[in-house]
Formats: sequence, structure tokens, C-alpha cells
Amino acid sequence: MIEFPLLSVMTFLPLAGVFLILMIRGDREDVERNSRHVALFTSFFVLAFAIFMYLRFDPSTADFQFVEKHKWLPGIAYHMGVDGISMLFVLLAAFLTPICIVAAWDSIKTRVKEFMIAFLVLESFMIGTFCALDAVLFYVFFEGVLLPMFLIIGIWGGPRRVYASYKFFLYTLLGSVLMLLALLTLYAQVGSTDIPTLMASPVARDMQLWLWLAFFASFAVKMPMWPVHTWLPDAHVEAPTAGSVILAGVLLKMGGYGFLRFSLPMFPEATLYFAPMVYWLSIIAIIYTSLVALVQEDMKKLIAYSSVAHMGFVTLGIFSATTQGVEGAIFQMLSHGLISGALFLCVGVVYDRLHTREISRYGGLVNNMPRYATIFMVFMLASVGLPGTSGFVGEFLVLLGAFQVSTIVAAFAATGVILGAAYMLLLYRRVIFGPQENEDTFKMPDLNAREYGMLVPLVILVLWLGINPAPIMDKISVSVDHLLTNYNAHIESAQAIQAEGGGK
Amino acid sequence: MIGFNLIPLLPEIFLALTGMGLLIVGLNITKEGRGKEAAEIVSWTSCASYALAFVVLLGISWQPQIVLNGMFKLDQFAGFVKLLILLGMMTSLALSVRFIKDEGFARIEYPILITFAGIGMMIMVSASNLLTLYMGLELQSLSLYVLASFNRNSLRSSEAGIKYFLLGALSSGLLLFGISLIYGFTGSIDYGAIQATLMVLQDIPFGVTFGLVFMLAGLAFKVSAVPFHMWTPDVYQGAPTSVTAFFALVPKLAAMALLTRLLFEPFSALSEQWGQIIYFISVASMMVGAFAAIGQENIKRLMAYSSIGNMGYALIGLAVGTQMGVSALLIYLLIYMVMTAGTFAIIMSMRRDGRAYENISDLSGMSQTNPVLAYCLAILMFSMSGIPPLAGFFGKLFIFEAAVAGEFYVLAVLGVLSSVVAAYYYLRIVKVMFFDEAGDAFEGGLPFARRLILCLSIVFVLGFILKPGVFIASTQGAVAALFAG
Repeated sequence: MIEFPLLSVMTFLPLAGVFLILMIRGDREDVERNSRHVALFTSFFVLAFAIFMYLRFDPSTADFQFVEKHKWLPGIAYHMGVDGISMLFVLLAAFLTPICIVAAWDSIKTRVKEFMIAFLVLESFMIGTFCALDAVLFYVFFEGVLLPMFLIIGIWGGPRRVYASYKFFLYTLLGSVLMLLALLTLYAQVGSTDIPTLMASPVARDMQLWLWLAFFASFAVKMPMWPVHTWLPDAHVEAPTAGSVILAGVLLKMGGYGFLRFSLPMFPEATLYFAPMVYWLSIIAIIYTSLVALVQEDMKKLIAYSSVAHMGFVTLGIFSATTQGVEGAIFQMLSHGLISGALFLCVGVVYDRLHTREISRYGGLVNNMPRYATIFMVFMLASVGLPGTSGFVGEFLVLLGAFQVSTIVAAFAATGVILGAAYMLLLYRRVIFGPQENEDTFKMPDLNAREYGMLVPLVILVLWLGINPAPIMDKISVSVDHLLTNYNAHIESAQAIQAEGGGK
Repeated sequence: MIGFNLIPLLPEIFLALTGMGLLIVGLNITKEGRGKEAAEIVSWTSCASYALAFVVLLGISWQPQIVLNGMFKLDQFAGFVKLLILLGMMTSLALSVRFIKDEGFARIEYPILITFAGIGMMIMVSASNLLTLYMGLELQSLSLYVLASFNRNSLRSSEAGIKYFLLGALSSGLLLFGISLIYGFTGSIDYGAIQATLMVLQDIPFGVTFGLVFMLAGLAFKVSAVPFHMWTPDVYQGAPTSVTAFFALVPKLAAMALLTRLLFEPFSALSEQWGQIIYFISVASMMVGAFAAIGQENIKRLMAYSSIGNMGYALIGLAVGTQMGVSALLIYLLIYMVMTAGTFAIIMSMRRDGRAYENISDLSGMSQTNPVLAYCLAILMFSMSGIPPLAGFFGKLFIFEAAVAGEFYVLAVLGVLSSVVAAYYYLRIVKVMFFDEAGDAFEGGLPFARRLILCLSIVFVLGFILKPGVFIASTQGAVAALFAG
């Protein structure tokens, strides 16, 4: 029986959409309207496939599912497949893309056709990144993401867009090329770039340390971790709303996903060796960027810094290498994808009306935009980590995991939760409450149907996952267990060998 | 072995005869006062003759055979590179026809010179004797000097020609000096004999190493590797754009193939010595190519530095010194050639009010005035900077794969770092086209040949990812021949 190539279809369906958009002819308005529709429908189809995949996914095994394998390059195969970890990221990407397209519906006014094409290409590469089971294939998608994102920031971005797009591109590229070399070294050592094969055959310890660092360079930039996070605030501030949403929602998660897919299983000894460094970097990220967020005057910049802090929790969780820590990190990534995406959408809503992101220009919005205020509040509280929202589950599990490894680390990390509450509440107070000083803010209309359409699904998901995290936890637990069992087994055997060598 | 089997030389002989024949025919048409027409007729006929030579080359056997008393060797490596050379000649001549007409120097000498330069390059690739090497190289170089100054009404073009000639003559001198030293210390100028002599020697005489260094210096000039690259930016900028396209497409490929054969056949015993030299010029070329290009304003000059940098990457394949490295080198050059062809098709189309524009700032806002061209150029630039899923990425992938497999880690790291720097200036072109305010549109559209070449180039760049196996298999086959002997 020939199996339906579900993952390939999901990856390349957006490219088919691109092709359709390129076919559109007619006067400008027709082209723009039609390309919006084609993009939206394509992304809905992808979402439908993704939901289908979610439902068909068998959570009782840690094996890769929906596997496809074809010959491609000598020694390098076109190998796709998902496990409990990657499947949910595919779903996240498929879920956020249509929302972004809706968000861009009216706010993107120039070169609409190109924007939709860039977004569909982006979706294709994002899904491909999470599905790829061959390291080179992974790299192709991982790096390919830069192209559409560079154009999205550079063409449709704010006043300093050129600077931001360059910084984004070059920072990420610099990290990635080192990863490419590490991949090729692995290939030379193991003789394969197949991810499952690589996981099963760890290299020597000295080599692991170097390779781990090279991979770290790439994923830490993507994540982004302190001190290589500085591209993120610039990119976020300048990117159009939809670009910010996808950047915070999905692209940052590629870093965390990379740690889980490469660093932990392939370089267990190096991971153990470098884990303390990662803890401290994470803690610095959490505390330092939270403090920086406190003094921001630009709404997007504030949320961007909060992203860095939240990603600090993710790295902390992953490298704690405990079940709770890793599960919490994955949950935190997914929920942050929804929440920060939603927060950027909320900023976009008022930006479309007043064309400024300066916090001090707003105030008293609760009077004329009560519905907006309510929805914003849900996301604000979710970002703070209020129990009952999805933000709580991830943070809590990560702290639990970190606590098992080191009390001090957990204690420092926990201060981040408090700081997080401080800057988010401050933001909310200044924008939604406070005196209404400017007349134009008073005239802003409340949410329209399109904005409801993009925000309400997010509200529902954030609350639902906060109250009942099982739909995610059930899917990831077996895969995470498998990952950690292997990880611990590698460490133990390595330590046994070392002890033996020491005894002689 | 009686060396009078001329079959392996058929393509060269055929081209030489058509070249001379067309010279006579073209002169007659010119004498009738139809100079412009003559240039066009001769150009297209030459193109057709390259295609025919291509077919002839495919038709003859590529089993390794040495003819003319050890002077000339045809094997799979030579055959493959010659195919690429012929393709490159066809491409650049097809690109030129309209350009030389627009610029007002359409004369029959132009296609004829390209033909003779091409013959020289094909001989270079097949040389199996230092004398053949020198002959091929000079036939090529002399044709190229004239081509560089072909637009004799332009001061810049004449200057480029003179500069190229003077420095080229110097490098030929160095090369000859090296050859004479090699001859003196090994007693032979035949590749096979030199190899055999060097194999049995316990310590390599100092003079041989010395000669090798001089030869490498001369050849580094031809591939424009640092520190012998100074001519490249000036000649690229000064020469007519169509000639620059030719320079960028073909001669480097031929020189690189010549260098490869020279290093792996006669001087295979000295791999330790030349390995260090190639290592150095590779790193230096990558760095200079990446950093010096940043400040450039003229797009042809930028392409010159880009070619210096790209030769640096290609040389990594040589420095590694393995079969994998050389096959990566060939595929890198192939991909680079295709990308360059597309890029120059666009540069030639930067015309407005009957004048050619060549500054990067002239591309400003091109995504709005000439969207199709802008997208094509953006794809080519992204590909040049080695971003997947475009073809340029795979060129770099294979090169670095070979470097890492040969445990040349430092070289590989320097390579990727300079590729990030290089990405900066490629991105600048994209930035100018997409993010800057729109200027005036370029006019005139694309003539058919240019459009066809651009299309093929884009299809190759985008589609390489789908069927990379085809190209890899053919380069590996070609390189295997080099390592078998």
C-alpha cells in the first residue's frame, strides 16, 4: 500500500498556493483580493491536514510516524517524519499562519501579492524544518526560512527595517553556517546524516564538545539566548504585525526544537558538561531582559524582550534534562507561541488605528474599546503565567524541573515570574487604564469582525490548554520519556567507561 | 605508439577551421559595407559551430588517450570541462550579440576572438606537456587581451586591455621561468615523465619546488586568486560588459581545470608543498573577495570581487587534495558559471535612454519598476550567498563537505565565516532593489537570447535541489579519470 505522503503534502502545499498566486492575472485590485484569498485557503488546507495528522497521531510510541524516505543526494535522503515533539510544532505553524494572513488582510497595503507569496513560502519552510529527519534537509529548511523573513521585514517593515532585516539575516546566518560545518563533521564521522541514525551513534566526547558548541551557536541565536538576543527586539519592532507573530510564534521555537532534536540526543555528554553554562545564561536572560522590558517605551519592544525572558525558561527546562523540565519547556514553547503571537496581534490592532507603538500615546482604552481590553487582559495574564492559562503550566513545570537540578537556579528563575508580572501589568495599566489624554485614542473603534476572527481562537486555545493541558501532554510524554531514557543511558555508559578508565 | 591520431582533437580542429573560415567570410561581408550585419551573422554562426563542436565532443570516445607524442590528452575530466567551456562560450556569445550592437562596436573580430580564446582554453584543459600548456594559455590570453580593449573608443576599455596585457605578460613570464626550472631539474616537460621522475626521488630538489611556486604564481594570476588578483576589478569594470561576462564565465574554469591536472598529475608527489600554497591563496582569496566587495559601488567591480571570493571557495576543493575535493570543485564551478550567466544577463539589461548603467545605486527600487528582473537577480544573489534551497548552497555544501571530510577544519571555518561576510554585499543588491525608493525603469526589455539564458539559469538555480544527483554523478565520473592515472 502506498501511504499518503501527509508531511510532504503539508510542506509543499503552500508552494502550490504560491504557484496559484503567480498565475493570477488582472488589474491590481483583483490580483490583491485573489491572492489574499488563495493564501488564506491554502493555509486553511494545511491546517486541516495538520489537524488530521494530530488526530491520527499515535501517542503510545516514540517512533517517528508518517515517515517518508526517498533517495536524494548521495548519502543524504529525503527523510520526513514526526514524533510527539515535532508534531505539535507543525500544528503550531499551521495554526498561526492563517491567523497571520488574516492579520495582514488590511494592514498590508503595498505589494500584497508578494507578501502572500513570501508568507506561504515561509510556511512551507517552517513545516519542513519540523518534519525533516535528515540533518541536511533540516538545514535546508531551517536556513531557507531566512529568505522570506528577510524580505518580509525589509519590504513591509517600519522605518529602520533595513537595519533590522540585515541584523536578523546576518546574525542567524553566522550561527547557522557553524552548524552546517558541524553537520558535515558528523557526516564524516558517522557516515550518515539521517537523524535517527545520528541519535543512535554518539561520537567521541572531545568531538561532542566542539559539535555541541557549533550547534549551540546556531540555536542560541535563533532562540534567542542572552547575549546573542539583540537582533530580536530590532526585528520585532520593525517587522509588520504578521511578521512579528510568526517570528515570535514559530521561528524562535526552531531553536528550542533544535536543542531537543540535536543537542540532547546526539551530544549527551557535551550537554551534561555545558548544562551549567546554559543555566546561567538562561537566568541572566530571564532577569536581565525582564528588567530591560520594564523600561521600554515601545510596546513591541517590550513584548520582544519578554519573549527572550520566556525563552530563558525554555532553555532552562530543556537542559535540566528532567521529565518535568523538558515537558514544561515544550509546553512553554507552544503556549508562548500562542500568547506572544496574540500579544503582537493586540499591538497590531491599535497600531493599525493610531500608527504608533509608543506606550505613552495610549491610555484609557478601556473606555472606548472594552472588548479589546478584555481580550488583551486574557493574553496579558497568560503571559504573566496566571494559573488557568497555558502560560502557567509551562513555567510551573520548568521551575519544577529546574528545582530538581539546582535550588539556586530555580530560585533565580522564579524571580523572573515576578518581574514578568511587573512589566506586563505595567504595560496593561498604561495602555488600557490611565488617563485618556489624546483625543485620537478616544476615537478608536473597538474590534471588528476580522480582528475577532483572529483573536478569539487564540483566547479559546490559551484558556483551554491552561485548564486542560492533557491534549498536549499526552502526545509528548512518550517521546520525551524516550528522549530522556536514551540520554541518561548514554551518560551512564559514558561515565561507566570513564570510571573504568580511571580505575586502571 | 605513433602519435598521429587526431580524433581526440576533432572539436579543436573543427573550431579552428570554422574560426578561420568565418574570418574570411566575415571580412568579405564587411567589405561590402555591411559591417553590423556581418558581426551578427558571424556571431550566430560561431554559436552554432560551438554547438556542433559540443556534439562532436560528445560523439568521440573519452577513454583516456594521449596523442601527438604525449602533447595532448583527452580523458573524461578534459571532456567534461570542455563541454562546460563550450557551453560557457555559447552563452556569453549569445548574450553579447545584442549588447555589442547597442554599444556600437559590433565587428566580426569579436566572435572570432572568442572562438580562438575558446580553442586556447580547450587546449589548456587537455595539455599533458608543459609546452602545450603554455601554448594553450597564450592563445587564450592574447585573445582575451584584445577582447578586453575591444571597445577602443572607450578610455576605460583600452586601459583595461593594457593593464590586463602588462600584468598578463608578467605572469606568463613567471610561468615560463617556472617551467624552465622544472625542465632543468627533472629533465623533461612531459607530464608523465615529470611525474615518474618526482615519484622516485627521495628528496625533492629545491629547484623543482621553486619552479612549482613560480608556475603556481603564474596560474594564480589566471584564476585571479589573491595575491595575484589586482587586475581583476579594473579589467572587469573597464572591459565591455559582454566581455566581462565572458571573463567571468569561462577562462577561470579552464585555468582551474588546468591547475587541477597540473597538480594531480605531474606534481602529485609534491602535494605537501603545493597543498600549503593553495591553502593560503584559498583563504586569502575568500577573505579579500568578501571584505573588499563591501565598499564597491560598481556592479561589475562587485562581480569581480565576488569572482575572486568564489575562486577562493573553489580552491578549497584543491587544497583538500582528495577526489571528493576535486569533484566538489567541478560542481562548484558549474553552479557558479550558471549563476554568473544569469547575473550578467541582467547586468547587460541595465539600460536606459540608450546608455548602459552599471552602478549598484542604479538598481534602486527595481522591484517596482522591473519586478521580474528584480526577482531573478534577487534569487541569483541569494544563491550566490549560499542560502538553501538554491543551487549556490549546494556548491558550498559539497566544498565544505570535502574540507571537513579531509579534516581541514580551520579552512572550513574560515570559509563559512567569509561566506557570511560575503552575504552582506549580496544582500545589499537585494536591499537596493527591494527596500529603496524606485528610480527610473530600465528600458528595452530583454532580447530573446538573454531571456532564454536568464530563464535557464533561474530554473537551474531553483531546480537544482530536485535532481542534484545528475550533476554529481557526472562530475564524479570526470574526476575519477584524473585519479585513476
